[in-house]
Amino acid sequence: MDRGGTLVETRDLTKRYGPRTMAVDRANLTVRRGEVYGFLGPNGAGKTTTLRMLLGLIRPTSGTASVLGRPPGDPKSLSRVGALVESPAFYPYLSGRDNLRVIARYAGVPKERIEAALEQVDLKDRARHKFATYSLGMKQRLGVAATLLKDPELLILDEPTNGLDPAGMADMRDLIRSLGSGERTVLLSSHLLGEVEQICDRVGVISKGRLIAESTVEELRGGAALLVAARPLDRARERVERLLGAGRVQTVDGTLWLDADPATAGRINRELVGANVEVTELRPMERTLEEVFLEMTNQKGEGNVG
Amino acid sequence: MLASFSAEMLKLYKRPATWILITIPLVLNQVFSYLVPYTSYLRAENEGVAERILTNRLPEDLILNSIGGFPMFGGAILLTLGALSVGSEYGWGTLKTALAQRPGRLSVYAGKLIALGVVVLAIVLATFALGALSSSAIALSQSEAREWPSLADLTVGLASGWLILMTWCLFGVMLAFVFRGTALPIGLGVVWIMGIENLIVNVAAPLLDFADELQKGLPEVNAGSLVSALGRGEEITTPGLNTLVDGTQAALVLVAYTIAFVLIAGFALQRRDVA
Repeated sequence: MDRGGTLVETRDLTKRYGPRTMAVDRANLTVRRGEVYGFLGPNGAGKTTTLRMLLGLIRPTSGTASVLGRPPGDPKSLSRVGALVESPAFYPYLSGRDNLRVIARYAGVPKERIEAALEQVDLKDRARHKFATYSLGMKQRLGVAATLLKDPELLILDEPTNGLDPAGMADMRDLIRSLGSGERTVLLSSHLLGEVEQICDRVGVISKGRLIAESTVEELRGGAALLVAARPLDRARERVERLLGAGRVQTVDGTLWLDADPATAGRINRELVGANVEVTELRPMERTLEEVFLEMTNQKGEGNVG
Repeated sequence: MLASFSAEMLKLYKRPATWILITIPLVLNQVFSYLVPYTSYLRAENEGVAERILTNRLPEDLILNSIGGFPMFGGAILLTLGALSVGSEYGWGTLKTALAQRPGRLSVYAGKLIALGVVVLAIVLATFALGALSSSAIALSQSEAREWPSLADLTVGLASGWLILMTWCLFGVMLAFVFRGTALPIGLGVVWIMGIENLIVNVAAPLLDFADELQKGLPEVNAGSLVSALGRGEEITTPGLNTLVDGTQAALVLVAYTIAFVLIAGFALQRRDVA
């Protein structure tokens, strides 16, 4: 299924544990070549289970998946995939460099790649120290270095900023952005809305095991809109409806919400002023991804939806 | 598979626990096969007893002195090595790291088994080498002749020692894959080796006919019988050694156990999800 630039595709992918627990429910996911895809959902929504199925670590109960045109876990596709699933798991008694040596041997990549990967995540200075002595941020960076050893076409990162302090999160986001800036495709799972909003081109939203939306961040937020505060409101509404059509105007909390391109703001302002309406506010209005997400999943929260 | 083997060898080589578990059987062998008997020989007052102790420490008895401790004590240590090498991967979550690379489950599994086989072979060879040095030193110090086992006997001894330790190591590997951890497999395995088999052999078998037959199929009994079959027919008092079955049957039973452990562990790895 590596056709037309589709790198990951699932069809009704389902994972059930026992009769009562549905971890992933008929998920249809599509990741295209070259994009940074955000896989967004609260903790326990089924993100990690889906990623594990894509890597062949767990078997789906039903449905199919294809990664780089091959079944999940196929050695030929795994050789082109770098993955960091859940927390970075390495051998505590080995140094960072030796851990990468082990991974390089498993992956069958030349050991020369090790130093380049360490350099890329800025871990060269601590590479000789044991993994057990690493901070969480360093462990995450080593995890990313391990995914880069194969110079992969597809990078799967599962909550890579988990547990990092704000500076570490910013560094990690920069790193992910740089990794996804070329031709490489990144599938990034996260429960942090801001992170996904900043980094990703497209987003898949999963809730209670079901993929409830998949589109660009802009599409997900909804079309462009304008907010107008004006006096008298009735006359303002009448004028705008005449201009845009009645179905594209709503009155909310004493303001008008217009389903209109922000580029039309000047024309709308002229129309209102010409009709002797006093315009006190006229600005583009965007819903944040958080608002959209909470609406979709019926949750309350701030930024972190977990 | 070669790539996986190479990764496994690096992990085993760099892991301190591997070296501890290699050293312990070597030290135990030297202490209880040579140091303690030789000290008792030097202190023995009865000339006949002294002569017998000395004779049994000379190069001629290298095979028995090298692998005599394998069925029980060596087995417990190698079971621990096998269980650790697999169980830790579950504990640290590194199995998913390895499988998310390229090789595939069976390749990772085969690489691990071959690497453990190499370590077991190294332990057996080191045991024989140290035994050869110690028995030579004893022979020289007592001006005794240094008569070595034939090359054929040495080869059979080495192969038997490897088979016995490998059986226990694979028992540990299998338990670790089945229970996906370290502590329970080691606990259960050691209790089996040190306790349950002894209870069957020493308590149940003398009382019950079916237990008497059952004991002839137990791994430790067969390992003990295999070692005994390589001796010179003298009475053997080493714990774990016996003459309940003949050497050929013992070797075949151990091979059967080895195959069974490999298949069960491989099935568990291949069929189950890796969390």
